[in-house]
Amino acid sequence: MQKEILIAGFGGQGVLFAGQVLAYAAMDLGREVTWIPSYGPEMRGGTANCTVVIADEEIGSPLVENPPAAILLNLPSYDKYEPLMQKGGVLVVNASMVDRGPKRADIITICVAANEIAEEIGDRKLTNMVAVGALLACLPEISLGALKAALKNHLPERHHKLLPSNYAALQRGYETALEQTGIAAGTGIR
Amino acid sequence: MTKELIKGNVAMAEAAVRAGLEAYFGYPITPQTEVLEHLARRMPELGRAFVQAESEVAAINMVYGAACTGVRVMTTSSSPGVSLMQEGLSYIAGTEIPAVLINVMRGGPGLGNIAPAQSDYYQAVHGGGHGDYHPIVLAPSSVQEAIDLTVLSFDLAEKYRNLVFILADGSVGQMMEPAELPEMRPLIRKDWDWAVNGKGGKRERRILTSIYIDPPAEEQANYRMQKTWQTIQKNEVRYKEYYLDDAEYVVVGFGTAGRVALSAVRAMRHNGVKVGLLRPVALSPYPFEVIDELASRAKAFLVVEMNQGQMLSDVQLAVKGRVPVEFYGRPGGMVPFPEQILKELKRITSTDLKIVSDPRVAWLERMTA
Repeated sequence: MQKEILIAGFGGQGVLFAGQVLAYAAMDLGREVTWIPSYGPEMRGGTANCTVVIADEEIGSPLVENPPAAILLNLPSYDKYEPLMQKGGVLVVNASMVDRGPKRADIITICVAANEIAEEIGDRKLTNMVAVGALLACLPEISLGALKAALKNHLPERHHKLLPSNYAALQRGYETALEQTGIAAGTGIR
Repeated sequence: MTKELIKGNVAMAEAAVRAGLEAYFGYPITPQTEVLEHLARRMPELGRAFVQAESEVAAINMVYGAACTGVRVMTTSSSPGVSLMQEGLSYIAGTEIPAVLINVMRGGPGLGNIAPAQSDYYQAVHGGGHGDYHPIVLAPSSVQEAIDLTVLSFDLAEKYRNLVFILADGSVGQMMEPAELPEMRPLIRKDWDWAVNGKGGKRERRILTSIYIDPPAEEQANYRMQKTWQTIQKNEVRYKEYYLDDAEYVVVGFGTAGRVALSAVRAMRHNGVKVGLLRPVALSPYPFEVIDELASRAKAFLVVEMNQGQMLSDVQLAVKGRVPVEFYGRPGGMVPFPEQILKELKRITSTDLKIVSDPRVAWLERMTA
């Protein structure tokens, strides 16, 4: 088993942390995992992306040209990575930050208004967790429960007061994706 | 000890601390800066020396001075910074004292960029500073290996009174993987019989120097260094084999290029083609004998590097023209994808290859077509 997940967006959207949470969950499940950022010269801002590889044997490449799973949090990364997705892959796109629908009919696209959902829960900074929750609905390698446990296990104690809102964000994203894929399953994607 | 998710740079820094690093001198440069950042906090906390020098030139000369006292000392940098250190490294080599350098290589030449590269192979393994000397060069491909090799580097440096380089690349430095750090070793300051650490009026004066004004004395020093190097060559060859037992085609790659190649090799095996991978872990001394043996039974070699073909020369040296040696490289800060190496492997395993003296010619034609 091997699964590669690409996460991309603007710096500050929690792209790198979203990848790390997935990596922690995979590690706690006893999997092999790599997390690698595409690091730039900027201190802040700009674009950010990272790749997480989860496997049950020694991982070769930490990078992948055609990811089977992706979370894309803004329009530039949606435009850049949608064409590169592996056929049959799962793409979670942040509908709050893009002004177009999917161009690919051969992948599953989950559109989540992650900014709005995060604000409803009470903090824009939860955008990444809403998107991660949405991906988990289509990621058999990591369950929602395993991810919640990873957050609790690896978030420093002083941040534990933030756990309930993070759990809520994951849950909302997860449910949104289930609804969408449920509809898709009955009618064909789009 | 349990595994933790840890970044390569931080892992190497903490591994050095736990291996007994007593003095660190460095200057920040991407993609290596987290080493410095971690040690800036950790070393003073433990009452050990951390100095952010005014330049790489200063840093390496501080390393030289500290190494003469016999404590465990290290500096880290990335390609352009390591170029600045070459004079000091030659002096350290000529003085025959232990020191550890980590180079987290980036795209070059010149200022280049901060993306991962492997273009300092020649500099580390075959060149660098002036004069005849041979550092031990170790090339990690994962965070765990980076930890293990960092610990090993201090032991080897002291054992042979020799320079040890960790030749990592930006990818190994920036990547996070679950890994296990070693236990903290108690700090034992050994009283080496060569160290200049204050005779206190109790013993004969010791002299450490790289100056041998009298050429016959310098010649003897060179013979001594060569003897050390030949011992190192006997003892310290390190490599990892994947699917080589029945391999008809052999991929050779180190560090990140080696692990990316592993994905392509597995894909070929999945298709029933007998491809194997040799990943040299020590680049100096190099596993010439292993390649020599493989060349007696393989149909062809593919060397994969993140440069224009540097380790390629050493593979050719071992193969001695018996079978074709092909090359695939991505220079300038580019990291190959497994699919690209897979394409090369499909080409190599399905065409009649010729033995050529310089596979870079055909490689460049393919890359720029």
